[in-house]
Amino acid sequence: MSGLHPEQSFPQAAKAEVNNPQLRANLRKVTTTIREKRLKAVGELPHWEELRVLGAATKDEALANLSDRLLELESSVRARGGHVHWARDAAEARELVAQIARGHGVTELIKVKSITSDEIELNAALDAHGIHAIETDLAELIVQLSRDTPSHILVPAIHRNRAEIQALFNRELGDPEHLSDEPAVLAGAARRYLRQKFLTTRMAVSGANFAVADTGTVCVVESEGNGRMCLTLPEVLVSVMGIEKVLATWEDVSVFMELLPRSSTAERMNPYTSFWSGVTPGDGPQEFHLILLDNGRTDVLADEVGRQTLRCIRCSACLNVCPVYERAGGHAYGSVYPGPIGAVLTPQLLHMQDKNANTLPGASSLCGACFDACPVRIDIPQVLIYLRGEVNAGKGTTLESVAMGAMRYAMSEGWRFEGAVKLARTGQGPLVHDGQITALPGLLGGWTQSRDLNPFPPQSFREWWKKREPGGES
Amino acid sequence: MKIDLFVTCLNDALFPKTGQATVALLERLGHEVRFNAAQTCCGQMHLNTGYRADALGLVRKFVRDFRDAEVIVLPSGSCAAMLRELAPDAAHWEGDETLRSEVQALSGRIFELSEFLVRKLGVEDVGAAYPHRVTYHPTCHAMRSLRVGDAPLRLLRHVRGLTLLELPHADECCGFGGTFSVKNPDVSTAMLADKARHILETGAEACTAGDNSCLMHIGGGLHRLRSGARTVHLAEILASTPERVWA
Ligand code: SF4
Repeated sequence: MSGLHPEQSFPQAAKAEVNNPQLRANLRKVTTTIREKRLKAVGELPHWEELRVLGAATKDEALANLSDRLLELESSVRARGGHVHWARDAAEARELVAQIARGHGVTELIKVKSITSDEIELNAALDAHGIHAIETDLAELIVQLSRDTPSHILVPAIHRNRAEIQALFNRELGDPEHLSDEPAVLAGAARRYLRQKFLTTRMAVSGANFAVADTGTVCVVESEGNGRMCLTLPEVLVSVMGIEKVLATWEDVSVFMELLPRSSTAERMNPYTSFWSGVTPGDGPQEFHLILLDNGRTDVLADEVGRQTLRCIRCSACLNVCPVYERAGGHAYGSVYPGPIGAVLTPQLLHMQDKNANTLPGASSLCGACFDACPVRIDIPQVLIYLRGEVNAGKGTTLESVAMGAMRYAMSEGWRFEGAVKLARTGQGPLVHDGQITALPGLLGGWTQSRDLNPFPPQSFREWWKKREPGGES
Repeated sequence: MKIDLFVTCLNDALFPKTGQATVALLERLGHEVRFNAAQTCCGQMHLNTGYRADALGLVRKFVRDFRDAEVIVLPSGSCAAMLRELAPDAAHWEGDETLRSEVQALSGRIFELSEFLVRKLGVEDVGAAYPHRVTYHPTCHAMRSLRVGDAPLRLLRHVRGLTLLELPHADECCGFGGTFSVKNPDVSTAMLADKARHILETGAEACTAGDNSCLMHIGGGLHRLRSGARTVHLAEILASTPERVWA
């Protein structure tokens, strides 16, 4: 997996993951725990539903005036001594970061955990320029050291267990002593490694959770403090931000400071929330660049149904409640955006043009748990259904569309439907064994992989009703 | 009350007994049940699979068939959710504002069976008897789209002889999801396995719900496991009396 482009269709990718019992057990454990914790944290606020409505409205407002907000942000950042760059796509954004790094002659930089930077595949691109990007978030570091990819928005190494991390650190961090599998020992090793990087590296790259247009303030929300080290110690700071992250004012940020921590980590308050506005002489990085990344977002915004996707504050609540994510794991989605939000965001960012990403809207049973959990009320099931239509519209005639059309025709009149049912009843003969259908042909074969099916009964409801009507037998 | 039954295509063709039980139950409560034989399908399967135009054709037909109904009762939470929640949106996406307002005008008269009994009629004891150990699975559409809440449980608690067993992780989806179960058989199967395990853990003889689509999937899984536990639509339990057992 790299960036946004899945290498396989979701059903194919999920097949391998679903059949990994260790992964399923890990995911089940973590997601059930955080699910319960979230419900508790959310239940503490009597006005949670109102907050959600406010969160959605605040984001919608910012999105409705996006170009104004962004121009305002640009001039505020510049007024405070920062530089602003606009990147149409991933390649432009990568090139901008590389240029800045080259300009300062750095060969190593530190990174704050950022999904946007993963979206543009920044680390690999910098490598190609001879610049090594070091992840400082513990889970991102684990993923990076094991040459793996993240499988969760918030807990990128959710699929790894302690023993795997122990082996990895012993191999990669070159510690003189052999590390035990104690979490404190492992964290200590990471801390020693990272401290040295924080103190010697001159450039950092971050993402942004929010940006405030009227003050030019950028915000990063994290829980380890590594982010804050990156944001304050280096001389040069580059933040790559999706254009949908901009808000109008500080007051708007306050809404999300309530919604985000409770939804993501089930905490009442976030441990490390950093804000910075441009540069301040003698305090923090003395050069600041903000890269505003489009990469398909304006097209999502142009779509009346799809645009609500851009409200997402990447809390990952939808992942943790999703029964499909729980079974398939994040890698099955083949994109840096896994789970329900990934299923709607990834294909849209790729303009509904990617064959594999276009299977993602199908990766849901439409149970609706994601919508209930989403702090900004993105109606993910609705968007999924809508996008399934968009996918089909781009496909033309298929076996499936013909079957659906035939069914629609059969259902266009009551009598036609009655006839079709009678026909099916006769036709099913060879499939029925001992009163059950245990193997279906063709498109429907997936059904009988794990389930038996009752055959059509000898009489349909409408046939029964017809006979009943005059006398009223029941 | 004059009640129009929208039996749904799945019940009509594959689960006629659920339709018959619904009729028996509503008539026992003193209502007149009508069945417009022109009716077919709500279009949910088409819409959820991404065939919007086909789906809207069926929604249009539904509106035509039920325009004059006083109340429309469905023994299916997902079809009720389709008509009340999704169809207006889908009509809007296709630019058919007339259809949108027509189906919206009907939506206050569309009820899933359990919410109709508890919310509209205010009945919790329907005079049923069903001496079995039963567990209840709240289907996703009934629970999250329609918000039927505990209406089915209130009804079940009044059924004579019935032992209601609590289903662990009840609010987790069973993995059916219409064509999802066919297109993503591996994930669907994994979800079904957990649901079946939880049902069997309760020691219930039967799992009930308000939707035969989910029950067809759960029941198919239980049958494949040769577990002995079966699935029964809520209407069939509620219609059952000592004289006439429906389920
Ligand atoms: S879609 Fe909603 S629940 Fe999911 S990550 Fe985004 S904000 Fe959180």
